[in-house]
Amino acid sequence: MTPRPQQEPTCHGEDYAPFERALLNDYQHELPLVPRPFAAIGEQLGVSEQAVLEALQRFREQGVLSRVGATLKPGAVGAATLAAMGIPERDLEQVAAIVSARPEVNHNYEREHELNLWFVAMAADDAALRAALTAIENETGYPLLDLRLVCDYHLDLGFDIQWTSANETDA
Amino acid sequence: MDVSERDRRLIGALQAGLPLVRRPYAVIGEAVDMSESEVLRRIAALRDAGVIRRFGVIVRHHELGYRANAMMVWAVPEHQVDSLGERVAESPQVTLCYRRRPAPPQWPYNLYCMVHGRDRETVLAVRDELVARHGLEGMEHRVLFSGRRFKQRGARYLAPKQEAIGREANHGRA
Repeated sequence: MTPRPQQEPTCHGEDYAPFERALLNDYQHELPLVPRPFAAIGEQLGVSEQAVLEALQRFREQGVLSRVGATLKPGAVGAATLAAMGIPERDLEQVAAIVSARPEVNHNYEREHELNLWFVAMAADDAALRAALTAIENETGYPLLDLRLVCDYHLDLGFDIQWTSANETDA
Repeated sequence: MDVSERDRRLIGALQAGLPLVRRPYAVIGEAVDMSESEVLRRIAALRDAGVIRRFGVIVRHHELGYRANAMMVWAVPEHQVDSLGERVAESPQVTLCYRRRPAPPQWPYNLYCMVHGRDRETVLAVRDELVARHGLEGMEHRVLFSGRRFKQRGARYLAPKQEAIGREANHGRA
């Protein structure tokens, strides 16, 4: 693997080779379902299987790649919700740490509002989810809002990356 | 589609992502006692059934330079929320669009969408465009920009015991 200096990642197109841009942008929806998917991608992009694997590894280390995997239809497997809490600034870090430590919690963000701590929690079933939320309230001493999904309008087609240099060319 | 126990185990093993190796489906298969070809067939079937919405590269917006990430919420009359949600979801700048149960009086909002931009001005311009195009003027509304990210990882739906299989498949052999 080619070592690269750690640097603040950016989206400036020139930081990525054309095949790397294509790899990040064009395979969000459908990874080839063949025994050697990274070889198939390499063939499509004109690079080797090894180059694809190394690029993905690098993206993961840089943090731009969360994972090569699946997004699931909400509610299709297990139970999930979005929860919000209003926490005084002096307690926010500590409460956030308690929330993040729960295995049911995936995303846990600060947001700019009186309700300033927002997290997504998921569990195998509704009872387990409710138990986790109650445990969070008890452990932190703050109430939460349980904002259940009613429906999901988006088809989740992935995210079309607007490379900075590409923008300039296209403008 | 009712998801079988076997498929749940497969989904569990996929949760942390494919291992970055030449034959990732074979490695996943070993963890859940499926052949490589069965893994491939089941992923395709789960996709066709809509249980898996997409299967591929999942990027982090913030690390790609999209530093202004906002959750936008509106309090929409219940009879209008589905038609508005479907239209808002079609906007290319909107990455997710949901209807959720409101929690009045503290939280009257029922329509949510996520917008990622390189800066706040861009995100607010998208908001203005959504408001104008979909007639959202006059509806109670908030833009909640994200601050610190305390935790960010892919969705984990299953019990801890099954998650361990996923982690092992992902990190133990990569």
